[in-house]
Amino acid sequence: MAEVTLLRTQGLARHFDGIKAVDGVDFTLHQGEIRAIIGPNGAGKSTFVGLLSGRIKPSAGRVEFAGRDVTGLPAHKRVRMGLAYTFQITNIYKEMTVLENVAIAAQNRLRPNMLRRNPGGEAEIERVASEAARSVGLGEMLGETAGTLAYGHQRLVEVAMGLAQSPRLLILDEPTQGLSDGEIANFNAVVRKVSETATVLLIEHNMDVVMALADRITVLDQGRVLAEGTPAEITASAAVQAAYLGEPA
Amino acid sequence: MNIAPYLLLATLEGLVQASVLMLTALGLSLVFGVMRVVNVAHGEFFMLGAVGAWICATLIPGPPAVAFVAALVLAPLFVGAIAWAADWAILKRIDYNPEATIVATIGLMYIIQQTTLWSFGPNAQAVDAPFYYTLRFPWFGYSTYKFFIIGAAVVLVGGLLYFLRHSKVGLVMRATQFDRETAQNFGISVGRVYSIVFAVGAMLAAIGGVLVVPAQQAHYLMGHDPLLLSFVVVIVGGLGSIPGTIAAAILIGMSDGLLSVFFSPTLAKIFSTLLVALVLVFKPEGLFGKAGR
Amino acid sequence: MVLHNKKLAALCLAVLVLLFALQFVLSSYMILAATRILILAVFAMGYNMLMGYTGLLSLGHAMFFAAGVYASGMVTYYFGVSLPLAFLIGILGAFAASLIIGLLVLRTQTVSFMIVTLMFAQAAYLTTLYFSRYTGGDQGLTLPTSARSFRLFGQVLDMTSDLTRYNIAFAVFAVTLIGLYLITQGPIGRLFVAVRENEDRTRMLGFDTYRIKLVAFTVSGTVSGMAGALYGLMFGFVGSSFAAFQTSIEALLYTLIGGPGTLLGPLLGTTVMTMLIDRLSGLTTAYLVVIGVLLIVVTLWFPAGILGTIRNRWLPWLK
Repeated sequence: MAEVTLLRTQGLARHFDGIKAVDGVDFTLHQGEIRAIIGPNGAGKSTFVGLLSGRIKPSAGRVEFAGRDVTGLPAHKRVRMGLAYTFQITNIYKEMTVLENVAIAAQNRLRPNMLRRNPGGEAEIERVASEAARSVGLGEMLGETAGTLAYGHQRLVEVAMGLAQSPRLLILDEPTQGLSDGEIANFNAVVRKVSETATVLLIEHNMDVVMALADRITVLDQGRVLAEGTPAEITASAAVQAAYLGEPA
Repeated sequence: MNIAPYLLLATLEGLVQASVLMLTALGLSLVFGVMRVVNVAHGEFFMLGAVGAWICATLIPGPPAVAFVAALVLAPLFVGAIAWAADWAILKRIDYNPEATIVATIGLMYIIQQTTLWSFGPNAQAVDAPFYYTLRFPWFGYSTYKFFIIGAAVVLVGGLLYFLRHSKVGLVMRATQFDRETAQNFGISVGRVYSIVFAVGAMLAAIGGVLVVPAQQAHYLMGHDPLLLSFVVVIVGGLGSIPGTIAAAILIGMSDGLLSVFFSPTLAKIFSTLLVALVLVFKPEGLFGKAGR
Repeated sequence: MVLHNKKLAALCLAVLVLLFALQFVLSSYMILAATRILILAVFAMGYNMLMGYTGLLSLGHAMFFAAGVYASGMVTYYFGVSLPLAFLIGILGAFAASLIIGLLVLRTQTVSFMIVTLMFAQAAYLTTLYFSRYTGGDQGLTLPTSARSFRLFGQVLDMTSDLTRYNIAFAVFAVTLIGLYLITQGPIGRLFVAVRENEDRTRMLGFDTYRIKLVAFTVSGTVSGMAGALYGLMFGFVGSSFAAFQTSIEALLYTLIGGPGTLLGPLLGTTVMTMLIDRLSGLTTAYLVVIGVLLIVVTLWFPAGILGTIRNRWLPWLK
C-alpha cells in the first residue's frame, strides 16, 4: 500500500537561550494514520508541536506539509492549508454559545475571503457547525454558553472546532487531560471516527489512550526522537522504558 | 551671531528640566516596574506638589525658606496619602488590570484636575524661591536656585537608589518586581508593597513639583507636560529599568531644553510624542532596556 | 441573511423612525442639541467598532475625527470646494490617516496600543497648533458664508437652518447605523468579536488577525472622520479642540456608558452624557469632574455599560 507523506520535518530544531528544546528532529507522518507523540516531561513535545503548527519559529530545519515547504509560513496560513490544532489548555470562546464557537471554525473553510459574498453562506456555516458538534456528542448543548460547560465538554467543543474545519491533519494536544474515564471512552470513539477522513497527530501522556488509538508511536526525549514504531514495539523497547523511568538503558 | 550663550542657557535649562524630570519619571517607572500598571494621573501628583507648595507659601508666615522646607515635607505626604487612598479605593478593586487601570487613572486625573480648578482657580500663581542669588555670567544672570534644583534632585535620586539597593523595604520592592508569585510565597504581602510603591511614586512626582514651582508657576494644568515627558523617558529608557530611566531623563531633558530654546516648545513636544510612539512600535523594550522583560 | 438578528433590526428601525419624528416636536434649541448628539453618536459608533467589538482600546480617536474636520474644512476654506465634495474629501482624509496609523499601531498590544494611539493623537493635536498659520490653531477657522450652503438636485440647502442640519445629520446617522448593522451582525462582525474574545484561538482557526484588526481600525477611523467632517462643515468651524485629548476621552466615555460592543450603545451614551454635561456646565466651571467620576464608576462596576448590562442579563439579541 503506497503511503502518502502528509507532514515531514527535516533537522527541525529550536533553541531557547542555550537550551535545545528540539534538537534536530526528522519526522514523517503518513496520510490516514493515527500517530501518537509521547515522551517524559521536558522532552520537547510542546515545542515540537508548536513548530509544526507554526506558533513557534524554528532555529533550524524545515517543515513540509502536504508537499509544500511551510517552514516560513505563519500559523494561520498553515491552518488554511488544512492543519487543525486543539490547544493543550482549553482555549475556546467562553462567552459564546457552543454553536457560535464551532461556527467560527466552520466559517474559515467556507468563506476564505472575509469580504466575499456567499449567498446562503450563513445557513451552510450553521449546518456544518451543528453537524460537527453533534458528531462529538454535543448536539443537545448547541445553545449553551461555552464557558459554563463542564471541563470535559469544553474539551469536546475544541475537538468539534477542529472537525468543523474538515482538516487534512488534526493535531490534538494532550486532549484527555482532565477528562473522566467515561469521557475518555467517548473521546476515543470520536477520534476513531475522525481518522476515517483525517490524519490525526496525538500528543498524549495517558498511555491507555495512546495504546488504544495509535497506529504508530513516536517517542521524544531531550528534544530528539528516541524511538518510533508500533505500540507493541514501543512497549517492548528498553530504551523507552529507561527514558521514562530514568534507569540507564 | 554668537551661539555660545544660547547654548549655555539651553544647557542649563535642559539640566534643570532633566533633574525634575528624573524625579517625576522615576516615580512612574517605579510604579510600572513593580506593579505593571501605567498611572495616567501621575502628572497630577506633580501638580499637587506644586500647588501644595503655593498653599504652604501662602499660609506659613516668615521667610520663604521656611515655607519651602515645610512644603518639601508636607506636600509629598499629602500627595502620598491621596495616592494610597486611590490605590485602596480603585486599583485594588480592579485587581491592577492594565487596561482598566489606565481608564480609571484617566478618571482620577480629571477629578484631581477639576477639584484643583474649583478650589485653586484657573490662574497661575507664583511661589517665591527659598533663596535669591543670581549668578552673573558674562551674557546673562542665572538663578542659583536652579542649581539647587539640580543638586537636590541628584541627592534625592541617589538616596532613592541607595534605599532600593540597601534597605529591607527596597529589597522587598525589588523582589516583588522580579517575581510576584515567589515573593508571595515568601510571605511578602504583595498588596501592601503595591500600596507603598504607588504612594512613593506619587511622592517623587510631588517633590518634583515642589522643587520646580519657584522657577515656574503653579497652575492646575501644569501636570500635563511632565506626564508626557515622563512617559517618553520611561518608555525610551525601558519600562521598569531604573538606570535606563535616569539616562533617558538626561537625554530627553536636554533635548527638550535645546529644542525649546532653539526652535519652539511645541515642536519639542511633537518630537517627544512621536519618539515615544515610534519606540513603542518598533523597539518596545526601549532604547536601553532588555527585550522580553 | 440580512435580517439575521430580526429583533435588533426592528429596534434600529424604530429608533430611526423616532429620531426622524423628533424634528416635528422639538424646540429649535433641542433640535440643535439633537443634531450635535447625532453627529457625535456617529463618532462614538465608529469608535465602538474598534473598542467595543474588536476589543482594541484606542485613546487617540480624536485624531481621526480631526482628520475629517481639517481635511474637509481646509479645502472649503482655502479652495472654496463645495460642501458635498469637501465632505467626501474629509472621509478620504480620515480613511488615509486610519490606514497609515493602523499599519503602525497594530504592531502593539493592550497597554502599548493605548499609549501609542494616545501619543499619535497628541502629536496630531500639537501639529494643528504648530501650523496655526494654516489651521487657525486654537482660534480655528470660521468657514465663510459661501461655505454655509450648497446645491443638491437643484435645491439650495442652507447650513444655518436648524431643520436642514438635523435632517442631514439624521441621514448620515441612518446610513451609518444600517452600514454598521450589516457589518456587526454578519460574518465580519463575528470575526471582530472572535479577535476580541480570543485572538490566539482565532489565529489558530486560520484567520489573519492582523488583517482583521486593520479592517476594524480603518472602518472605525473612517466613520469617526466622517463624523468630524460633518461636524466641521455643518457648524462652519474648524479648530484644534477637535484633536484634543478630551475629544478622545469623550468617545471612550460615551461608548462605555452606552454599552461597548452594542450597536445602539453609543447613541444612548452620547445622548445621556451630552445632556448631563450641558446641565452641569451651567452649574460649575469644574463640570468635567463628572467625566472623571463616571470613568471610575463605570470601570469599577459597569464595564458593560447600560445596553451591555441589559444584553447580558435579559436581552441577548441586543448586540
